[in-house]
Amino acid sequence: MSSVASVHSLWTAAAGAPGKIPGPHIEYAQLSPTLIVLGAAVLGIMIEAFVPRRSRYYSQLLLSLVALAAAFAAVIGLAAAGFGSSKAHVAAMGAVAVDGPALFLQGTILLVSLIAVFTFAERRLDPAAHGRHVDSFAAQPAAVPGGAAEQAAVKAGFTTTEVFPILLFAVGGMLIFPAANDLLTLFVALEVFSLPLYILCALARRQRLLSQESALKYFLLGAFSSAFLLFGVALLYGYAGTVTYAGIAEVVSDGAKQIDPALAGTMSNDALLLIGGALVLMGLLFKVGAVPFHMWTPDVYQGAPTPVTGFMAAATKVAAFGALLRVLYVVLPGMRWDWRPVMWGVAIITMLGGAIVAITQTDIKRLLAYSSIAHAGFILAGVIATSKDGVSSVLFYLGAYSFVTLGAFAVVTLVRDAGGEATQLSKWAGLGRRSPLVAAVFAVFLLAFAGIPLTSGFAGKFAVFKAAAQSGAGWLVVVGVISSAIAAFFYIRVIVVMFFNEPKAEGPTVAVPSPLTSTAIAVGVTATLVLGLAPQYFLDLAGHAGVFVR
Amino acid sequence: MSFPLLTATAVVPAIGAIATAALPAAKRTAAKWLALLFSLLTFALALVVAFRFDPGAKGPFQLTESHAWIRDFGVRYELGVDGIAVALIALTALLVPFVILAGWHDADTLEEATPNRRWRPTQGFFALILAVEAMVVISFEATDVFLFYIFFEAMLIPMYFLIGGFGDRAGADGEERSAGRRSQAAVKFLLYNLAGGLIMLAAVIGLYAVTADQLGTGTFSLTQIVDARAAGQLDLGTTTERLLFLGFFFAFAVKAPLWPLHTWLPGAMSESTAPVAVLITAVVDKVGTFAMLRFCLQLFPQASSWATPVILILALISIVYGALLAVAQRDIKRLIAYASISHFGFIILGIFAMTSQGQGGATLYMVNHGISTAALMLVAGFLISRRGSRLIADFGGVQKVAPMLAGTFLIGGLATLSLPGLAPFVSEFLVLVGTFSRHPVIGVIATLGIVLAALYVLVLYQRTMTGPVKSEVSAMPDLRARELVVVAPLIALLLFLGVYPKPLTDLVNPAVEHTLSVVDKKDPKPTAQVNAVPGSGRTGHAASDQDVEAAK
Repeated sequence: MSSVASVHSLWTAAAGAPGKIPGPHIEYAQLSPTLIVLGAAVLGIMIEAFVPRRSRYYSQLLLSLVALAAAFAAVIGLAAAGFGSSKAHVAAMGAVAVDGPALFLQGTILLVSLIAVFTFAERRLDPAAHGRHVDSFAAQPAAVPGGAAEQAAVKAGFTTTEVFPILLFAVGGMLIFPAANDLLTLFVALEVFSLPLYILCALARRQRLLSQESALKYFLLGAFSSAFLLFGVALLYGYAGTVTYAGIAEVVSDGAKQIDPALAGTMSNDALLLIGGALVLMGLLFKVGAVPFHMWTPDVYQGAPTPVTGFMAAATKVAAFGALLRVLYVVLPGMRWDWRPVMWGVAIITMLGGAIVAITQTDIKRLLAYSSIAHAGFILAGVIATSKDGVSSVLFYLGAYSFVTLGAFAVVTLVRDAGGEATQLSKWAGLGRRSPLVAAVFAVFLLAFAGIPLTSGFAGKFAVFKAAAQSGAGWLVVVGVISSAIAAFFYIRVIVVMFFNEPKAEGPTVAVPSPLTSTAIAVGVTATLVLGLAPQYFLDLAGHAGVFVR
Repeated sequence: MSFPLLTATAVVPAIGAIATAALPAAKRTAAKWLALLFSLLTFALALVVAFRFDPGAKGPFQLTESHAWIRDFGVRYELGVDGIAVALIALTALLVPFVILAGWHDADTLEEATPNRRWRPTQGFFALILAVEAMVVISFEATDVFLFYIFFEAMLIPMYFLIGGFGDRAGADGEERSAGRRSQAAVKFLLYNLAGGLIMLAAVIGLYAVTADQLGTGTFSLTQIVDARAAGQLDLGTTTERLLFLGFFFAFAVKAPLWPLHTWLPGAMSESTAPVAVLITAVVDKVGTFAMLRFCLQLFPQASSWATPVILILALISIVYGALLAVAQRDIKRLIAYASISHFGFIILGIFAMTSQGQGGATLYMVNHGISTAALMLVAGFLISRRGSRLIADFGGVQKVAPMLAGTFLIGGLATLSLPGLAPFVSEFLVLVGTFSRHPVIGVIATLGIVLAALYVLVLYQRTMTGPVKSEVSAMPDLRARELVVVAPLIALLLFLGVYPKPLTDLVNPAVEHTLSVVDKKDPKPTAQVNAVPGSGRTGHAASDQDVEAAK
């Protein structure tokens, strides 16, 4: 039979007997958190298109909040039904895992996003433009900064309600990222959450050039890292003949059972495994913001609108560490002795690098960016533990850290002068005299970042260092505490500036936020103190979620 | 379940801190009285603890409380006191009311500027003092290493704001410059102690890892670890034990402070107000020396013996160096700070002499040094606030103008130089005897500290109080009623404990015996040649006992 005829017969056979090719089996209920969020995102686009401009803000806000809350409820429901422990399995034809770590991370991401929506929707901080309340986002992002079109958009009081569906798309991608159970799903999820983030970064209302520059940098470097990741995926496929995590893990530990004739030359070739694994890790470490893949972090954190920075710093880190954990614990446990020394090195230079460079920063957002790099190093110390304790300590740390981060960036949005947010550290002088409450709240966040006992930062740090020490990485812990000591210096410097320096005459004012931002900050403070004083319940939660399904 | 007395002793000042901080800006005077009331309540509770405590009872800790807290970390909320802790809690609770009374007007100058309607420096000042008290008390009570660590670290934060936020405004130059120096001193204080604490954190985690490895479940309970060691279930291994010991000791040596980690103390004490300086040196620093006794020695006995020679040398350097620098100071508060460094050298010397006199003396020394430094420093504070300067050269002839002030200053000073009849003499004598019986050379050199103490105290008194009356001093008022209320009880106590230290020694000695038994040290027998009784054979026996010690 000629090839044309064979294709034809396949065609007719398929058409003639529809039951022959089975439809993919999708567990919709188990994927419901992601589906709800992505569905709401699509709905949000519809709202942009069909709902009149004046009612878009409220409908978008309502939709986003309801969708995220519903998705969170779905996660709780799945966990209550036992999908986090006994019923954990791989859904959607092997593409997505529904297990403890996935549900815990999804729950964290959804809560963080819910709070982030509050800060996105804040409209009282910027002075009203032409009689309308405006938020932190550009009136018309497509308009050239400083051009006539922009002026017209500002004059008309436009606001960018597209940010809500864009945010939801990003959240949807982040939900899949830590649950992805094959390398292609991983890559698709990465792109699904990265692209909306690039856009969000470019949308600042003030200092638009800086914002666009940050978005471009993020996009270019992100594209690079995606390319690395994709190349790594290809090499791993060449090595294992499959892209599923379980399949690759099997080949790594037992060798290939049957050689795919098309891949006969490459399968079970360790060079491919090592290079491919390294490239995939690179792509993930870029998203995590680990040294030496951290270069984008300060510029992007500084240039992006502050609500976006807060969301990104918290949620991206959660999602990326989730994916990193799954790759290391599910795909590559068989070559632990190959990647552990490398990751030790990465963790050490990340902790020290972030802490040391942060000392010289004069901009509060850049400072928090470097601090987030140092924290990525601390979390990596827990990742390297390769134990159940390691996983649960990382989960706990991510939960604790993301609320502190969100709260801290929410406070940053409040301190303003004529040019928008006053992020220069020198302008914060004497803030403790002018508005003691805001300064005290920020001090609580800084102390949590520094890991002072009785805050969530200490509990988290203790958990990851404990896991690292128990896995025999005592020296990593020593480096960790030394870089904590270095990091403490710049957190304390901010406290000194706020409380002990004389306020400047033309210093910034603290805007009175709407209940939205106040809620976000209050939630941050509450989580920081509760997780610091009584962490046991949440440690239990993370502890139960410590096992990956294979 | 009995009434949680120890928890209450720590919670009362904590509630007081919150209540004081919550008072509205206008209720400034009420805040002061409220803070005083709560500190007195705490003192009452501390007295109840002292009377409920039975020095003769068996077991290392009494009035114990134990509740689950963070199971994943092996952490329990475990409190318990031995005689040493009871004495130090009583000291803390005793001193804080005086600190509050002495600092009655310290925050008033800040009230003049009202940058916003929530500006409440008075409330903040007294709330922070009570917060420090609560954390110090709970760290004296904690028998869980983790619980101790948390409050050991957390107390730095209120302390930091007390140093950085409230100064005595008696610097040589303007307020702008002295604010800069003050915040620098506060940062130095915090960074030194935080670095020490973080090094300790690594050791704390290491301890957990070892116990989890060998006992199945990780634990921080002091009693559990000591028992497991005694039963042979837990063996840290020589290298691990030494590393962990160093991690703990580093933090405590920074806090104490021991040369060469002392450099934060003079700045912090001279830039803060006198009551806060008392809080630093008489209360907070005691946690460091206390923790050496409770945690370093009991958790890591072998490593403690191993490190003893080096620590004794460092303590000796502290004694002599602190005293020499005190002689050279031109600033009254810095002088007292260096004198404190010298005295902390004595305390650490006594602890690591590993004799019952040495450790008993060191514990007494902690209490007595607290009282005597408080007396001296608070009177110095009254003096400085009258003149608006800390420099010794700015004073002269004060005793003619303000005899009460000069007299109390003299008694505080004499207590600092350990005059017989005043409390510190007893403890210093015990420390020296205890050290001499095991390390004669070091004991002899340490006595140099006493000679130098006489020099710096008497020269200070002579230059400030005697001689012709300086014109700036001529109108200086004598002690007011409030100030007398602060100083008189402290002086009475110094005299009482100097003549009759028995209540304190009875309280402390069983605990010291217990510590020594954990470290497995016996007092060396007297080795004096008893030639008057020929053929007694006692010298030979003693010598062999020492050989046994040396062989360890």
